Amino acid sequence: MRLAPKPVQTFRDDFTYTNSDEAIKRFPFPFPEDEYMYSVNIEPHTLPGPEGSVYEHLFDIDEHYLSEMAERKQVLAENPKRCLAMDHMDLACWDFIDRAMTTMSQDYPNYFTLEKDGEHWTWENKLLGIKDTFTFGDSRTLPQPPMEYMGCQVQGDIALLDQRDNDLFMDAGIITCPADWSLAFDAGMSFSQWHGPVPLAHEAGIFERALKYLTAIPVDQPVRRLNWTLTINARMDTSPETYPNWGTDRDSVTPENVGEKVYLRVELQVLDRMPRSNALMFSIRTYLISMNDLVTNPEWAKRMHRVMKTLPEELIEYKGLTRYHPILLDWLKQFDLEN
Amino acid sequence: MSAAMKVHVSAIRKVAPTIKEFTLTPVDGEFFPFSPGSHIVVEMQADSKTIRNAYSLLSDPMDNRQYRIAVRLQPESRGGSDFMHQEVHEGDELTITPPNNLFSPDWRAKKHVFFAGGVGITPFMSYIPEMLRRGADFELHYMYRSTQTGAYVEALRNLIGERLHTYDSITSSRAEIADIMAHCPQGTHLYICGPESLIDTVRYRGQQTGWPASHIHYEAFAAPKPGKPFVAELKKSGKTIYVPEDQSLLEALEANEVEIPNLCRGGVCGQCMSPVLDGDIEHRDEFLSEKEKSGNRCIMPCVSRAKSSRLHLDI
Repeated sequence: MRLAPKPVQTFRDDFTYTNSDEAIKRFPFPFPEDEYMYSVNIEPHTLPGPEGSVYEHLFDIDEHYLSEMAERKQVLAENPKRCLAMDHMDLACWDFIDRAMTTMSQDYPNYFTLEKDGEHWTWENKLLGIKDTFTFGDSRTLPQPPMEYMGCQVQGDIALLDQRDNDLFMDAGIITCPADWSLAFDAGMSFSQWHGPVPLAHEAGIFERALKYLTAIPVDQPVRRLNWTLTINARMDTSPETYPNWGTDRDSVTPENVGEKVYLRVELQVLDRMPRSNALMFSIRTYLISMNDLVTNPEWAKRMHRVMKTLPEELIEYKGLTRYHPILLDWLKQFDLEN
Repeated sequence: MSAAMKVHVSAIRKVAPTIKEFTLTPVDGEFFPFSPGSHIVVEMQADSKTIRNAYSLLSDPMDNRQYRIAVRLQPESRGGSDFMHQEVHEGDELTITPPNNLFSPDWRAKKHVFFAGGVGITPFMSYIPEMLRRGADFELHYMYRSTQTGAYVEALRNLIGERLHTYDSITSSRAEIADIMAHCPQGTHLYICGPESLIDTVRYRGQQTGWPASHIHYEAFAAPKPGKPFVAELKKSGKTIYVPEDQSLLEALEANEVEIPNLCRGGVCGQCMSPVLDGDIEHRDEFLSEKEKSGNRCIMPCVSRAKSSRLHLDI
């Protein structure tokens, strides 16, 4: 039984976001070991993945669909620059539309349908009440620019990376739930440029190796990796643009409220070659789970404690955990007494 | 490594005295659309060995009903072009890899200028339909020898008219490359596909006249050149492999069931890079930096060979 989308919950102000028991069970817990360190943890994203898991389909549509789409709309209304596509990325945007509509209509036929009559396509999104007929490849036939049109119908942020000179460039995207990075700032940057602020990994040669791997990804052989950080409250939009709204939340963590305030934020990142444009689609699907929900799984609770305990200082600083890391560690210890 | 696809050879036609065009259609399912400049690797089961050659796709990238490639019968064929010309017939089945692209146009260019030499016309055949759809500014300089090559001249003339400039060496018509480059507006990108001498001429002229390297793109013919035979000793698998003069190290490894990831088989993509423990390397690839080459610690087995009689590899 798949998770049906729930009525809209919020990722701001009153934070009504919750995870059902099923959503907790399928949460992509990101730590395979007690100690966390960077690695090129990229693996084939073989589809379909295990039934019901977040890896089952290329685009994971879950109980938070309506909530995340409402949140995205709100972010774009406040700041339209959170979505952009440079002129030369138009075809890549259509590649993304093809990939999203084709797979979503196959994977969730009750929610999405796609009918093709040559270049004339009819797309119906029953969850959002959208039905449009358009000419594939002709951006004038869509009610919105292609990146925004499709981006507002998939959960997770999407970046489309142009590939040239053996490098990748951030030339299009819709980024409304980033873990403290900005599309407007990174636009047009190369792979090593937008990873500039990451500590330790450059020296380890990780980005060089990752880039060689990513530029060689063939069509229809997507790969994935998990990334993580911590977020205070169930806030999707932790962008530099809105820092004044959430930066001070880090001061609000107390020993009494750790369990409900601190969320593990996991990104399922998928890289998929776009056939017509040779661009690389980089989808970043974000999952949030409160510490209270996370510790319902004793194995996760124990491991979370050990990972936090051994996390290098540079990463505590880079991920913005400094203020509340000691409080979190103290609280997690109760689930891992022998350590 | 890319998953193999089975294809039908649905048509073969001669498009120039030494060039045959092959139309490939899917055995089951559908082909992917591809991006302009993509190539596929065709796997040929010859009597004594498996041959794998990369060929540019020359059909319209938006047409996923078929892929087309053109193969020139090489005077010093290593088996691949001979096989395609003599052994492959309409109705046969072949195995190919899905398309991959190492020669994509830079769509930010203000203008695109193509230099094609002989069968090097093929990647531009896939560029042009997309250039036309986007209304891009481009011109094509096509050099050939009409007694051997010069495929698609009429079709191209019909398609792009005055943007086609042809040079037939039989009539002593030659491209004034320096002159063409001098007349390119700022923001032009150059694309070269053809023999090494053509690539070298354009790149050298570009260096002399201050072209940014990022505005000059080229794709050499992929066939690895022969060299002296040598022996490869493999530490991890414990195998000792003889590499004859007309076989690449990658081919010799594959023939001995040592699988190495690879895509372009022409020293460009970097996938087959393998660590070297001992022995002198003759680097012939475009991938490694000068520093990596002089370090003598890694080799691209698809094109590079040993200078010494033995090479000790950490694979």
